[in-house]
Amino acid sequence: MSETISRATVAMTVNGRRHSAEADARTGLGEFLREALGYTGTHLACEHGVCGACTVMVDGVAMRSCLMLAVQADGCEVTTIEGLAAPDGTLHPVQQALHEQFGLQCGFCTPGVAITLAAVTRDNPAATVEDMEKAMSGHICRCTGYQGIRRAIRQLAGEVPGPHGGEHA
Amino acid sequence: MNIRQSVGATRYLGERTPRKENARLLTGRGQFVDDVRVAGALHIAFARSQVARGRIVSIDTSAALDLPGVQAVYTQADFADVPVHFLNYFFTPILAPVTLLADGRVACVGEAVAMVIAESRAIAEDGAALVEIVIEEETPLVTLADAKRGPPVHPGFDDNIAAEMGDEDSILALKDMLKGAAHVVSQRIAHQRIAQSPMENRACLAIPDGAGEMTIHLGCQSPHLAARVLAMSLGMEPAQLRVIAKDVGGGFGLKNIPWREEIATVVAARKFGRPLKWIEDRFEALTASSHAREQDITLTAGFDAEGHLLGAYAEYDSNNGAWPMGEDANIAVHMFMWPAYKLKAYGFVTRGWYTNTMGLGGYRGPWAMESLIREVLLEKAAKQIGIDVIEIRRRNLVTAADQPFTSTLGITVDDITTDACLEKLVAHLDLPKFRKEQAEARKQGRYLGIGFAAYIEPTGSAGSMQPMTGETAQVRIEPTGKVVATLSTHSQGHGTATTMAQVIADRLGVKYEDVAIYEGDSALGAFSPGAGGSRQAVIAGGACWTAAENLADKVRTVAAHVSNASVEAVSIVDGMVHIDGAPEMSRSLREIAEIAYGEPHRLPPGMASGLESQFRYQPPPMTMTSAAHACVVEVNPDTGFVKILRWCSAEDCGTVINPGIVEGQIAGGLAQAIGQVLLEDMPYDAKGNPLAATFKDYLMPAISDVPDFEYLHANTPSQTTGGMRGVGEGGAIVGPPTLVNAIADALAPFGTLGETITLPLTPTRVLGVIEGRDLGGHGETAAAVVEEAPAPVAAAPVAAARIDGSYAMTMKTPMGDQAMTGHFRTDGSALSGELESPEGSQGFTGSVEGNRLKFDLKVEKPMKITLKYDLVVEGDSISGKVKMGMFGSSKISGTRV
Ligand code: FES
Ligand code: FES
Repeated sequence: MSETISRATVAMTVNGRRHSAEADARTGLGEFLREALGYTGTHLACEHGVCGACTVMVDGVAMRSCLMLAVQADGCEVTTIEGLAAPDGTLHPVQQALHEQFGLQCGFCTPGVAITLAAVTRDNPAATVEDMEKAMSGHICRCTGYQGIRRAIRQLAGEVPGPHGGEHA
Repeated sequence: MNIRQSVGATRYLGERTPRKENARLLTGRGQFVDDVRVAGALHIAFARSQVARGRIVSIDTSAALDLPGVQAVYTQADFADVPVHFLNYFFTPILAPVTLLADGRVACVGEAVAMVIAESRAIAEDGAALVEIVIEEETPLVTLADAKRGPPVHPGFDDNIAAEMGDEDSILALKDMLKGAAHVVSQRIAHQRIAQSPMENRACLAIPDGAGEMTIHLGCQSPHLAARVLAMSLGMEPAQLRVIAKDVGGGFGLKNIPWREEIATVVAARKFGRPLKWIEDRFEALTASSHAREQDITLTAGFDAEGHLLGAYAEYDSNNGAWPMGEDANIAVHMFMWPAYKLKAYGFVTRGWYTNTMGLGGYRGPWAMESLIREVLLEKAAKQIGIDVIEIRRRNLVTAADQPFTSTLGITVDDITTDACLEKLVAHLDLPKFRKEQAEARKQGRYLGIGFAAYIEPTGSAGSMQPMTGETAQVRIEPTGKVVATLSTHSQGHGTATTMAQVIADRLGVKYEDVAIYEGDSALGAFSPGAGGSRQAVIAGGACWTAAENLADKVRTVAAHVSNASVEAVSIVDGMVHIDGAPEMSRSLREIAEIAYGEPHRLPPGMASGLESQFRYQPPPMTMTSAAHACVVEVNPDTGFVKILRWCSAEDCGTVINPGIVEGQIAGGLAQAIGQVLLEDMPYDAKGNPLAATFKDYLMPAISDVPDFEYLHANTPSQTTGGMRGVGEGGAIVGPPTLVNAIADALAPFGTLGETITLPLTPTRVLGVIEGRDLGGHGETAAAVVEEAPAPVAAAPVAAARIDGSYAMTMKTPMGDQAMTGHFRTDGSALSGELESPEGSQGFTGSVEGNRLKFDLKVEKPMKITLKYDLVVEGDSISGKVKMGMFGSSKISGTRV
């Protein structure tokens, strides 16, 4: 129970800025980013590792922040959705593709989707549609029926030109 | 439609304009409820019942209260002094005795029993785990079959019928009528229970601002509707509550109205005097948020030798759970089953049943069963009659020549294009080629199937039900020349800021980028129910349309006046105001705005200063959208897995504001349909435990489950301003029959899907069809239905009962209680008397049997109907029912005066 829970100071770099804050040993990374550091762009939608909404990059690797403790990320470099666009506001190609291809509706799943696709395309700039769809299969989106996300993936893989490059009948 | 734009203007209607909402949502700057930080806010967690039915013996909160960080623990006893009137979406009272927290009894697993308020959510959850609840368990009623034979879920109720409409006699009449029919085809579908599962769970942050005032950040579908329902429920003035919902992560009907936990958060925040936040977790969302769809229907239809529909009848049951967000017999299933088909007669009985399961809530196209059962039955019938599945629809669909057409239940359609959508689809698909491929594939042991479905979607309803109203648009051009609109629309993903800005930019003649939309706040704009019933593009679109055109007229009048030109010569293009033939006199909108705001003396005499326009649009009562869909599947005969190879939609939603958004709505609904047919299931065990507690048990469709959708748009303008038709729910309505039919077609070599189709069609169930035997699989318990009629209300035979006299009686109706006085006189077995109500007095004659009175009353208003009274007198009290034709029956009680 709470009174016996140990606390620790957790320090990490988030989107290039240094932070440190107190956390319970049991506090998840996602909760820590949201509650202690104010990065509310990371969304917790299942808190049991299935939906992918909470995905952030930890030392360059896409991680489910609901399945990782804040203390495990001590000393790490974290990238959240807030840090994906360039400092001048230019959208990351993944954000741009999702924007142009109607890849989001309510936007609750979107931060995780964008981080995963950004991680895949960064690890492998030649990532294929298949590679990206496979990575996407670990994300749940209740709104879009995945059509816009799939078009964004095709755009990222260079299979369709920018916006309106449709497969519309 | 008056198109006032000059050639060369940027058109936004019909364009795939990128969404305004994306800028914040793609960069982590959205504002969902849990993102809102308020100083001093405390967190709520609920201790919930793990027992489905029983009496609460004790609730011990002491251990929870001892936990450091816990500030309070409330039970229903703490709220006893707060009267809460629970209302359904139509503002009528919930009939079940629902309270904020369980009151003495629990009626389902997951029902909140105690509320813990603590410094953090984690501590609140720890505290909730320490609340000790002792319950004397009773045997729960879980299934529809249980409800029909078990003791009432709610003590004091006669039975478990939560709502009832229709008439057994109408079914008997149809059975008679179809005796000589060339073909009679029946189908039963047992639909599983669905957890709506928006990605953002329910959420509420209630901030007591001052005496009697509240700001509430709420996961909802309309801040205005939520504020109105909350105010009515709590006996407050709507102005005492401000509901803000900037971003909401999906609603789908679940968030139609605030429910127990949200209202409890508001009440507790008032009581405790601190901001309180409740953020539902996924376990709660799956097991303790209202559910949807668990229902069972059997439809029988008769055809002549050529496959023309003669008549049909249906029996329908819906599992309402213990605490439905509105008792519901789902009359809409029956109303919308046939208006697109030339059916001559229809009979039905439809009921909602209380059980000891989580209550029924809304879900995209709540009446969708009508299309599912009808379209599945039609393809089954086609195969039985020996005609093509397209042909049976051609012979029965309402065509342009048949319209206006009024269905047997009184729904008139006068501009539907279902038949044209179907033809468009068939032309696109090349069916003969597919049939050839299918035959080839079968030779190789591969099972392909194609399924179709056609339907109409009632959208944009306004003016016939309390919350379904018109929409107000307030549009103004700022002194800077930029445009701002304040609307009552709400987006839980709908992109209303985008579509409304498109309409305004297009009709006003300004750049889309220069239009800002404010929505999502009950303190802004006028009343509207927001998202619900596929209405926003239709109604708010029409409001924005006219408000923008009226504003354009004002701009043109001002420009004409200051330029000494005629109004007809003025046009507005991309934010520039031009005078025909005088290009040197073009001004920016800003210049006109500066005059309108800053130099009112330069305006035409009598004209109000500023550039503002407000318009409330009242559309026709209902606007129909038509569509036909087809999909192609391959079923693996070894594993029972269904792979969707192709899906094509041909829909007519009138004027399309933004195809990207229309297609997004269709696609989202179709993915949910795929989930319903193949994956999703919230089964209960016999003890009333919900069995899908995580997304590992509750299977949501993933990208790999959903194919590419192809869209064919027909654009027949509707009769609304702008010509839009709604499209929000259609995919979820037409998707299930399309997919079920494709699977049935693929499995045809093995036989039919059976007399009963039980959803979802899991691989196990599909293998069951292939192997011709029941292989079981989860969810069977809840789906099994034993037919047992409810015991009739029996009158105790009492000798020489004292009946004569007058009685003050109350009739319970969905519209509230109605008072009347009955005067009865008996003469042997003959009865006569009068019924007095505010509408007047009416005489009757009837019969007496012991202490039981039966009599009929014919009324003309609101429509011609025979009311059949069946009452029992015991001592000085009288009770019983009145049957009101297809409107079901109402309970009556009263005492002698
Ligand atoms: S919230 Fe982490 S995977 Fe769902
Ligand atoms: S956009 Fe709403 S869940 Fe993906």
